[in-house]
Amino acid sequence: MTQAATNLRIALVGNPNSGKTTLFNALTGTHQFVGNWPGVTVEKKEGRLKGHQDHGGSGGSGAGNVTITDLPGIYSLSPYSPEEIVARDYLLNERPDVILNIVDGTNLERNLYLTTQLTELDIPVVVALNRMDVVERDGIVIDTALLAAELGCPVIEISALKQTGLDALTATLLETACVPHTPKPLQLHAPTGTAEDIAAARYAYIDALVDRCVAPAPTDRPSISERIDAIVTNRWLAFPIFAAVIFFIYFISITTVGALLQEWVADGLFGDEWGIPALAAHLLAALGVTTWLESLVVDGIIAGVGAVLEFVPQIFMLFVFLAFLESCGYMARVAFIMDRLFRRFGLSGKSCIPIMIGTGCSVPALMASRTIENESNRRMTVMTTSFMPCSAKLPVIALISGALFGGAWWVAPSAYFVGIAAIICSGIILKKTRLFSGDTTPFIMELPDYHLPTAKAILRSTWERGWSFVKRAGTIILLAAVAIWFGANFGFTEDGFGMVAMSESLLAMLGNALAWIFAPLGWGDWRATVATLTGLVAKENIVSTFGILFNFSEVAEDGVEVWGYVAANFTALSAYSFLVFNLLCAPCFAAIATIRREMSNAKWFWFTIGYQGAFAYAMALCVYQLGTLVSTGRFTLGTVAALALVAGFLYLLTRGTEELTGEHPQHHQHGSDELMRHDRAGDQPADSTTECRFQYENQCHACRHHNLMCPGLYSKGKRTAEDTGDDDGEPDER
Amino acid sequence: MTLADVAIGTTVSVTDIVADEVLKQRLLDMGITDGAKITVRRFAPLGDPVEIVVRGCALVIRKEDATHIKVKQ
Ligand SMILES: Nc1nc2c(ncn2[C@@H]2O[C@H](COP(=O)(O)OP(=O)(O)O)[C@@H](O)[C@H]2O)c(=O)[nH]1
Ligand SMILES: [Mg+2]
Repeated sequence: MTQAATNLRIALVGNPNSGKTTLFNALTGTHQFVGNWPGVTVEKKEGRLKGHQDHGGSGGSGAGNVTITDLPGIYSLSPYSPEEIVARDYLLNERPDVILNIVDGTNLERNLYLTTQLTELDIPVVVALNRMDVVERDGIVIDTALLAAELGCPVIEISALKQTGLDALTATLLETACVPHTPKPLQLHAPTGTAEDIAAARYAYIDALVDRCVAPAPTDRPSISERIDAIVTNRWLAFPIFAAVIFFIYFISITTVGALLQEWVADGLFGDEWGIPALAAHLLAALGVTTWLESLVVDGIIAGVGAVLEFVPQIFMLFVFLAFLESCGYMARVAFIMDRLFRRFGLSGKSCIPIMIGTGCSVPALMASRTIENESNRRMTVMTTSFMPCSAKLPVIALISGALFGGAWWVAPSAYFVGIAAIICSGIILKKTRLFSGDTTPFIMELPDYHLPTAKAILRSTWERGWSFVKRAGTIILLAAVAIWFGANFGFTEDGFGMVAMSESLLAMLGNALAWIFAPLGWGDWRATVATLTGLVAKENIVSTFGILFNFSEVAEDGVEVWGYVAANFTALSAYSFLVFNLLCAPCFAAIATIRREMSNAKWFWFTIGYQGAFAYAMALCVYQLGTLVSTGRFTLGTVAALALVAGFLYLLTRGTEELTGEHPQHHQHGSDELMRHDRAGDQPADSTTECRFQYENQCHACRHHNLMCPGLYSKGKRTAEDTGDDDGEPDER
Repeated sequence: MTLADVAIGTTVSVTDIVADEVLKQRLLDMGITDGAKITVRRFAPLGDPVEIVVRGCALVIRKEDATHIKVKQ
């Protein structure tokens, strides 16, 4: 196997939040996002070991290409959530050449539990003892040599954050790969008996080991994190503090500093006299290009893309705050204080993290939902997260608020309120359906210590997320702007195809053909229809579309005139209904694709998209029709429909929970220890038809059917039977 | 007594876990084994979940799950 030497695969394995991604970035020189809540890395990421590529492996001296895989964190080899399954399956099926087990030196007992399982996989293990900076600061002394001797694998002290000990680690990794040491058979680790006996034996072994290897810190005063938590999760202060944090973030990034910067961009960069539109117009005039080309550049590209780029400052500010929140450790506390509340809506405390990230962008938010172990909670989170106004919806909110509500202060907060209300109502309604009832997987979460994120890390994350917004403006939005400009200026005339007045253009034809759908919502205007369609490509496209359709660039001075155009075509009510529909309906393509991936099931995906569309339509209809009834007293067919919707809505909110039918047979979980036991004891003959070393003995049909991708399913039977009592219609164990 | 009944600030030791395999395995993996010491640190503002310290590590667990953990002082 010379291949192994030239193409070395190292898997980075460890508990959540132990510093895997930090170490991965340090070793590979890449910039994966690091956050301080368990489960930041939800997919495996690959990278090359820095300074070790392209050596070719010719001299037989060892590694040529060294690939490092950053896996999601796991506490043990028994998987619970989809991200944990990713890690477990990688280890068992792909069998890396070396396992780099990162162990948090400040929390040896719990971290070594996984180590005892890893050393039984017959793959060489190198232990990286991380957070040594904190260990030393706290005055804890660890006898690394003894630990290494006992575990039977090299143990290297490092600090991924301070980047110390990395050279020694790299050297050890390469050495281990070249001379595969035989892992010491750890008798103690492979006991037989019940799951309790095995876990107890492992922990007893670890306790003894830690006792001998670690001299604990001299003093035992409450840590800084404990003292912060005493305030931040305090019974009376927790919610006011949370509200204050949220208010502060959105106040600063959207209204004050963000708005100031935005104004500067709008006036400076896109201003009348010296801004880009004027300069471009002068330049193009000087070059003597044809009018249509000038129109394309000025009215199409600059108007469309410019309208979006003006929001870059606000979006960057928002990402700065979100990155800070994610890195400092506060997110896990939010999940802690909100869990009780969110459970009522069929969500979990952990759903808070996706929802808050969702105010920045739905794509990472949807991916963050993977840390939720409970399948129903997770699906519900995926279905509702995009109701939260993301940063790309900010321009739309700003446009509507500026054009029709005189920039009233309450419009933007009301958009967030609509988003939250949509999540809560959907949660309550959907939770009662058969689709979501019954599953009660345990909720167990680690609270990481607080720490002050480095400015570098925050700026990097902000830059990456913000830059993708700018990139989108330069690519998708640009193309869409060109297409919209084309569609808005060309059409069929008596003489054939050519430039026409906008009201006769292709887009007007398309918009008019579909406008009837939205007429009951109060905005059956072709331009609004087209804007909604382009909003599916990216939400900020709505603004750029209006920019083009209402000739934004000519009035870019302070936007007041385009507001006038918008105002002339909408009433306050229809505009708000337009806003509600576009906030709640299916998100942009990128987020839709992410929903598809996270649902990993076509039926659920279409259900989600259909639900979001129907919900958005119903809400917008109610807003417009009931608003019209109240303000003008006009009673029409639409009013009847809206009233019927409200009645149906109230019924769905208040009715009882649908009973579970016998769809879910009892499932069982297979702990890793159980699997290993079979493997070790040899009572499970190797099956040549499967790659996996570990046989899923007694695996029920449904587990196999679901390809182990739905851990929630395992738990359905027993727990519901136990927890809900007899008369709940739980079919199992009659 | 179960873990859900323990007062704030009290340290107890685990005597048994009465739960189905999934929950049991999860708890065991997190270090809640027989004889392990658990300190109840605080309840969330709405009374649930509860923050506990096991083997030097702060965990959050729902009361409903905590009732499956039998403990003694
Ligand atoms: N003090 C200190 N903090 C670290 C160290 N390594 C990682 N961290 C912090 O621990 C947190 C979790 O790190 P991350 O790499 O995302 O962990 P992962 O979940 O295992 O990928 C981050 O806030 C890091 O900044 C270290 O060596 N020392
Ligand atoms: Mg990570």
